[in-house]
Amino acid sequence: MIEYKKDGWRAALALAPMMLFMLVFTFWPIINSFIWAFLDDFSYGGRSISHGELGGYRWITGGTFIKVGIANFKTVLTDPLFWHALRNTAIIVVVSVPLTVIIGLGIAVALNSIKKLRGFFQTIFFLPYVTNTIALGMVFATLFHQNYGLVNKLFNMVGFAWINGTTATGVTEVTFASALVVLTVYTVWNGLAFKIIVFLSGLQSIDKQYYQAAQVDATPRWRVFTKITVPLLSPMILYITITSFIGAFKAYSSVIAIFGTGRYGPAGNSNLMITVVGYIYDKMDVGGTPYGVAAAASLILFFIILIITLLQLQISKKRVHY
Amino acid sequence: MNKETTKDVPDRNDFHSGVAVKLQNLTKEFVDKKGKVTVAVNNFNVTIPAGKLVGLLGPSGCGKSTTLYLISGLYKPNAGAIFFGDEDVTNTPPEKRGIGLVFQNYALYPHMTVRQNIMFPLENVRVPKKEAMVRAQKMAELVHIGDLMDRKPNQLSGGQQQRVAIARALVKEPRVLLLDEPLSNLDARLRLQTREEIRRIQKETGITTIFVTHDQEEAMSISDEIIVMNEGLKQQIGHPQDVYEDPVNMFVAKFLGNPPINIVPGKLKAGKCLLDNGALIDSGINQPDQDVFIGLRPEYLKLSDNGKIEATVDMVEHIGRDTMLICFLNGMDVKIRAIIPSEYRLVPGEQVKFECAKLFVFNKSTGERYK
Repeated sequence: MIEYKKDGWRAALALAPMMLFMLVFTFWPIINSFIWAFLDDFSYGGRSISHGELGGYRWITGGTFIKVGIANFKTVLTDPLFWHALRNTAIIVVVSVPLTVIIGLGIAVALNSIKKLRGFFQTIFFLPYVTNTIALGMVFATLFHQNYGLVNKLFNMVGFAWINGTTATGVTEVTFASALVVLTVYTVWNGLAFKIIVFLSGLQSIDKQYYQAAQVDATPRWRVFTKITVPLLSPMILYITITSFIGAFKAYSSVIAIFGTGRYGPAGNSNLMITVVGYIYDKMDVGGTPYGVAAAASLILFFIILIITLLQLQISKKRVHY
Repeated sequence: MNKETTKDVPDRNDFHSGVAVKLQNLTKEFVDKKGKVTVAVNNFNVTIPAGKLVGLLGPSGCGKSTTLYLISGLYKPNAGAIFFGDEDVTNTPPEKRGIGLVFQNYALYPHMTVRQNIMFPLENVRVPKKEAMVRAQKMAELVHIGDLMDRKPNQLSGGQQQRVAIARALVKEPRVLLLDEPLSNLDARLRLQTREEIRRIQKETGITTIFVTHDQEEAMSISDEIIVMNEGLKQQIGHPQDVYEDPVNMFVAKFLGNPPINIVPGKLKAGKCLLDNGALIDSGINQPDQDVFIGLRPEYLKLSDNGKIEATVDMVEHIGRDTMLICFLNGMDVKIRAIIPSEYRLVPGEQVKFECAKLFVFNKSTGERYK
């Protein structure tokens, strides 16, 4: 048995390497983006800026700016593209999170109740977790391709062309709904593996005696699930829900993975499925755009996630047991 | 007691009369991953009388819990049959048997209040909510937790949780109540209290109750009858005192009694017991001469100047009312315990002589008792 004394310096020493990396790659950037968001027309490394050089102002972050203010937030909040991105993100969140939690739970319960081939199915369901996101996206893009995708072919065979829509001008193009369906299926499926593993380990940690007690008391199956399994699994469900929400709000690579070179949408409509993170990235990327705008947008995203997480924790106090 | 019958609950005899439980040639084997077979319950035959409190007693791993789970229906036997009264329930699923089961760690649903826990079995069979509330309250009153109905299990002490578990098991008015090690999770003082409580509840309801325990004192103190088990086999069934005073074999004799029985090697010679140190005691046993084990209960040994069993005092323990002597038999490397009245003040090293009012003689190889 190891004696744990109150030697804080030992703990500090053990944590030091990680803390150093966190400081440089996590905390410092976070502090910087907080500051940048409130610097009007901030430019990094003295690059020329639109409102003229006010010269010499060196902030701790380096770079130049005009004044401290909230102009960046104004820019973001009046940008229709931001609202489009936010709407897309919100839809992805609202559609994919409940689906992924419910399907993940369902598969975990099913896996937990079989004895034969459980290991086999566990492996199958876990495969997406160890597979490259971009590779998966390419598979999906191919499966759902509007001209030669397998899924579309199947739908076309029964005379249903839902992936393709027709615009007013008569050109066949990808509709928002069809793009959303593909993105949702991809998001749900991609995130499923981890959720199944968490739920499965949660299920296996539930004392079997609860189920025996339920059996002796003639509890119908559905009641066993809703009255025993779900409440006893509620800490896991909360954890998965919160992390799924956060993950979905940060959706980015999935969009890129599916639309590939088209960036956030099909060719010709490259911002169709843009997300908030995509918006932030673009604001940083485009030459001449003040970095502060991207910083402001990321702060807005941060607060949205923060508020929703706090709300969930608040609700869960009543719903999550022990 | 509320006697409204509800859908899916088996017809049962009156709560107050209970039902006899008969186990016939009951066998349960477990096969592990390597294919090794363990016989947990071996050709078990016993009839548990209706309306009695019966303790199923044995060392850990003797198959007593398995027997309980077989009666509950959670385990299926490999062979044999189980009867509740005249009804063969061998192939009846647990939920149709009309049993109440209290688990060793109670298995109370942690997210439900006491009331919800007790009402749960009733809601399963769609007892109307109002009636379920009334019955739950009544049952809670019976086990004296009527004022804790809105608490969660983790706000209760071990003893209170135990009562909730019993109330939950009883609320469906089962034919048989099964308790798995009901006292093992309680501290010593609570254990004493709770076992009296179990006794009282059983007497008030009159339900046939079977409980499993490895603690002989616990089983002897409250049971109408005890069943002693070892290695999957029934050893003996009977009134606790009868089993104690008239054990069928050395295992039962050793398992019951605290301080434990003294086992001394010796010989049977013309109906008398000859200890290895030359002491000769009357036994009244009519068996051919042979090597045997002699069982002497500590309280059967009496100090007497004419005593034939000579010993040297090794240690003296004062246990209040009585004194326990730990002695070495002279000429033998065998330690024995004797309980003597506390007025004797002996010191280690002193020579003592014992007379033996009663003794058991066991076959040396089988452990079977000669009578």
